[in-house]
Amino acid sequence: MSDLVIQIRDLTREYQMGAEIVHALRGVTLDIRRNEYVAIMGPSGSGKSTLMNLIGCLDTPTTGEYVLNGQEVSRMPDDALARVRNREIGFVFQTFNLLPRASALANVELPLVYGGVGSRERRRRAEAALVRVGLGDRMDHRPNELSGGQRQRVAIARALVNQPAILLADEPTGNLDSTTSEEIMRVFAQLHAQGQTVIMVTHEPDIAAHAARIVVLRDGRIASDTPNQRGAAA
Amino acid sequence: MHIRDAVGEALETIRTQKLKSFFSLIGVLIGVTFLIAVVSIVQGMNVYMEDKFANKLVGLNTFQLRRVPNFNMGNVPEETWRAWMRRPRINYSEAKYIEAKMATPAIYSRYCDETLPVSWNGKNAKNVNIWTADAPIFQIKNLDLASGRVFTVQEAKLGAAVAVVGFDIADKLFKGTDPLDKNIAIEGIPYRVVGVVGKQGTLFGISLDNFAVVPFDAPVHRAACKLGFMDELHIRTADIPSMQTALTEVEELMRVQRRLKPGQEDNFAMQTAEGALSGWKKISAILFLALPMLVGVSLVVGGIVIMNIMLMAVAERTREIGIRKALGAKRRDILAQFIVESATLSTLGAAIGIAAGIGLAFLVRATTPLPAAIAPWSVGLGVLLGVTVGMTAGVYPATRAAKLDPIEALRQE
Repeated sequence: MSDLVIQIRDLTREYQMGAEIVHALRGVTLDIRRNEYVAIMGPSGSGKSTLMNLIGCLDTPTTGEYVLNGQEVSRMPDDALARVRNREIGFVFQTFNLLPRASALANVELPLVYGGVGSRERRRRAEAALVRVGLGDRMDHRPNELSGGQRQRVAIARALVNQPAILLADEPTGNLDSTTSEEIMRVFAQLHAQGQTVIMVTHEPDIAAHAARIVVLRDGRIASDTPNQRGAAA
Repeated sequence: MHIRDAVGEALETIRTQKLKSFFSLIGVLIGVTFLIAVVSIVQGMNVYMEDKFANKLVGLNTFQLRRVPNFNMGNVPEETWRAWMRRPRINYSEAKYIEAKMATPAIYSRYCDETLPVSWNGKNAKNVNIWTADAPIFQIKNLDLASGRVFTVQEAKLGAAVAVVGFDIADKLFKGTDPLDKNIAIEGIPYRVVGVVGKQGTLFGISLDNFAVVPFDAPVHRAACKLGFMDELHIRTADIPSMQTALTEVEELMRVQRRLKPGQEDNFAMQTAEGALSGWKKISAILFLALPMLVGVSLVVGGIVIMNIMLMAVAERTREIGIRKALGAKRRDILAQFIVESATLSTLGAAIGIAAGIGLAFLVRATTPLPAAIAPWSVGLGVLLGVTVGMTAGVYPATRAAKLDPIEALRQE
C-alpha cells in the first residue's frame, strides 16, 4: 500500500443556491502521507468546511478524484460512504457532538455498534479507548456530568475506537478555554507521536501552530502549503 | 446494528422520557385494554348465561309448553301482545293427550306459580314464589334436597297441603330450628314442610332460593291458576336430540288438538333454554361485531399519536441522527432505529393494556357473579396489534430520519 493516506486531485464542489451556483471548491489537489499532522486554515468562505466534509466522506465532490487509504471514494453511494466513515475516519467536532442521554462508554461504543462488533468486544475496546485519553474513571458519566475538556476527550476516544486511517478534527478547541485547549492539543500531539494521522480544520493560528504542516485555503483554492518546524518538534 | 441493540436504545429513550412516552402510547393502551376486557367479560357472560340463566330457569333437556313465550328480548309490539293474550291457555286435557300420545320418552309436570306471603310462628316471608306442580318437577328442575323428601304421588294426587321449601324460606322463617314437619301458612292454610331444597345462589342478584313447591292440586292452586288450566307444561327428555324430536311432536299434537290449519300460526309457545338465550346471543354477537370497530378506532388514533411523537422525535433529534450518520450509521440503521423505537413504544402500550385488561377482568370476576376469563387469543392479538401499529406508525418518521443529509443534520442546533 502506498504511503499516502489521502490523494486528492482537482476536487471541485458546487452548490445550487436558488438561481445562483456557488463554487465552494475550485480545484484542490492535496496529498497527505501516513502519520502527518496537518492543519487546514482559511477565513470563513474559503471552502475549508467544504473540504473537510469531502475529506470526511460526508459529501461527494462535483468533479475530481479522492482516494482515501487506497479506496476511490468520490463516486461512492451513501451507504458505502457510511461504511468508509465508520472504518477510516474518526471525527472530532467543535461542539463535541456526544449523545446527551448516553454514558461516555455508550458514546464511545457507538461506531463499533455500526461496525457490527459484538457487545463484549465493543465494551473492551471502548474502555481501552477511554483509558487511552485518561478517562478510565469517568466511563459511566453522561456528557452533562463532564467538563468541556473531558467531553472532547470522550469524543476523541470515540473517534479512535475503530482505529481509523485519519483523525479529522473540526475546530476541536473552538468551545474550550485556552488551558483546556492546550490540554486537547497535547492529546493530539501524543496521538500523532504514536503514529496517528491527524487532520485539523481551524481558523486559529496558535492552534494551527501545533501541526507539522499548514495548508491555507482562499476562495476555494490552496493558497499556501508549508511545513511547520515548531509544530513538528512539539 | 443488531435488533437487540436497537430495542435496548429504544427502551433507554423511553425510560428517559417516561411521561411523554406514556401519553403517546395511551391510545394503544386503551385499545388493547378494551380488547382484553371486553372479550373476557363477554365470554364470561356467555358461560354465566348458559350455565346459570338457561339451565336454572328452564332446565337441561327441558322445554315448556306455554300460552306465550316466557323470555322476550326487546319490546313486543302492542298488536303481537294482544294476539298473544287472545290465545287459549293450556288445559288439562291437552296435557293428558300429549302425555298419552308422545313417542319420545319424557317426564311431565303441570306448573303454575304465584307470589304470596308465607308465615310461621308469627314470622313472615313476603313475596315468596309458590309453585304448584306435579312430583316430577324436582327432577325436571334439578332441585336437590338438603333435607326431608319430595312429595309422594299420593300426596300429589290428593292435592295434600304439604310443601318443599327453598333455602331462603328455611333460613328466614326457621333460623335455628328444623323446618321439617312444621306447618307454614300460605293464604291462611297450613302446609306441612316435608323437604328443604339446597342453596342455589343468585342470578343477576336475584335469589334462586326464595320459593316453595306444593302439589299442583293443593289448596293454593286457586290463587295461582284457573281451574282446569295451567301456566306451563314442563317436559324433560333424556338428551338434546330427543328434546328436538319431542319439540316437533308436541307441536304437532297441539296443532291437531287445536285444529290449526296448515299455514295457520301456532297459538301456543314452546320455551327452550336455547330460546331463552337467543336474546343474549344477539347482544353478544353485536358486541363481538362492534368490538373490532371500537378497538380499531382507538388503535388508529393511537397509531397517529405515536406517528406524531416519532415525527417530533426525528425533528428534535436531527443532530443525533447527523452524529450517528457521521459515525457510520447507514440509512437502514437509522430506519431500523426509529421503527424499532416506535414499535417498542407501541408494544409497551399494548403490554400495559393487557395488564390493565386482565386487571379489569379480574375485578369484574371478584365483584360480580360473572366468571370473566382471559382468552389467550385476545392476549396474543393484543401483542400482535401493538407491534403492528407501532411499526406502521414508525415507517414514515423513520424514512424521514433515514433520508436526512448528515451535513445538514449536524448543523442543526
